[in-house]
Amino acid sequence: MLRKHLQAGLCVLALGTAWAGSAMAQSDAEKAIDRYRELVADGNPAELWEAKGEDLWKKKRGPKNASLEQCDLGQGPGVVKGAYVSLPRYFDDVKKVQDLETRLVTCMEQHQGIKAKASVYDRDDHKDIISLVAWIASESRGMPVNLPQGHPEERRMYEMGKSIFFYRAGPYDFACATCHAEDGKRIRLQGLPNLTKNDPAGKAFTSWPAYRVSNSQLWPMQKRLEDCFRQQRFPYVEFGSDVTVALSTYMGVTGKGVKSLAPTIKR
Amino acid sequence: MNKSLLVSLGAVCLLVAGCATTYSAAEMEKMARDAVSRSFSEKGIAKKERINQDAINLACSQAEHSGTPLPGDVVRKLEAAEAATIKYPADGKFLGDWKTGERVAQSGAGSTYSDRADSPNGGNCYNCHQISKEEISHGTLGPSLYNYGKLRGNSDAVVKYTWGKIYNAKAFNACTNMPRFGQQGILTEAQMKDLMALLLDPNSPVNK
Repeated sequence: MLRKHLQAGLCVLALGTAWAGSAMAQSDAEKAIDRYRELVADGNPAELWEAKGEDLWKKKRGPKNASLEQCDLGQGPGVVKGAYVSLPRYFDDVKKVQDLETRLVTCMEQHQGIKAKASVYDRDDHKDIISLVAWIASESRGMPVNLPQGHPEERRMYEMGKSIFFYRAGPYDFACATCHAEDGKRIRLQGLPNLTKNDPAGKAFTSWPAYRVSNSQLWPMQKRLEDCFRQQRFPYVEFGSDVTVALSTYMGVTGKGVKSLAPTIKR
Repeated sequence: MNKSLLVSLGAVCLLVAGCATTYSAAEMEKMARDAVSRSFSEKGIAKKERINQDAINLACSQAEHSGTPLPGDVVRKLEAAEAATIKYPADGKFLGDWKTGERVAQSGAGSTYSDRADSPNGGNCYNCHQISKEEISHGTLGPSLYNYGKLRGNSDAVVKYTWGKIYNAKAFNACTNMPRFGQQGILTEAQMKDLMALLLDPNSPVNK
């Protein structure tokens, strides 16, 4: 079933490429790309990660031989629904703001005794974290983004994220804002969301985790941000660093109220 | 009891960075800079020092963050400093080969931590600009450059201005989004000459 969808999707991709090669008007090229996105969205391979993630949440593992079913993602122990749309948030047990990926590292240690190695995308324990993120995100599909801003640390992370969003540096002088602070702009044919505005920020925020057709990988937000900075020609942004959590907070707070789409499918 | 309550409140205050719920713009900027410094590490050719801001990046970041444009005299001073960095071709020849220039314009490669030190940088031009009419996969962050030479001619003044714009666009518009291809050593002199030809050579598809 899934394979059939994928094959259909790839056919459309090939067609889209052929059309793009001809002297077709841009608007038609964009329409073809939108149509392709619609077709592939029906049967998102992210479902494979979701199924594995649900299994990992419920399975007894680690030195403590325990599941993650008592993990507190901010909605109380074991509550998964609504967690994705309210993270990053402040956690009193670690005295800091955490996003979903860093919170899962804490939960694996607290409940299972697993000292998770998650610093490299899709390696070691980060493989499990990707699956868990996919499932946890899917449990909030359609729910409005609603990051708490009651705690001073949550407000500080938002403000810090906003400042970092405009931080120009590197050999190309790029900031996040270089590409993401105006409406209706593109790199090549790729549309760029204006992340300073509510609706596009919310849609972008809840677009990750996403299954990427181009490399068959599932990318959570930490990886998305790392690759943005790579393309910005910055050095390597560390997994779970303040910069990544602050930017996620800025994006999520800006996107308040937008209904969650994740996990999505991307080119 | 009151005393112990005060002590514990004090401890909480320390934990949440001084209990302040609002920070001045300067404090916030400093916290953001410190966070950037903590969060990035060297990888491959991308050294840690890339996160450092020079005067113009610092000024433009703060202006865009606050939403307050830089005052005119500050802009003029910043632009003059950038203009002073522009080096013109030693041999006085500004135009290379437009066909090679098209390849430079097409390529967005180079300078990331997954690139090798000896892999050449592309110009990334089509990422942001329409250039030739044939290439429909172009970005829109910058203005269209189609018919660039046809519209402007190729007087010495136009040629010199165009070179300067590629070499260091911030000499003309302090907070432009365009990288400083010559000043930052992103493109070689030969690559910039080829881009000049793409824009200005009457035989280039840009001017057809």
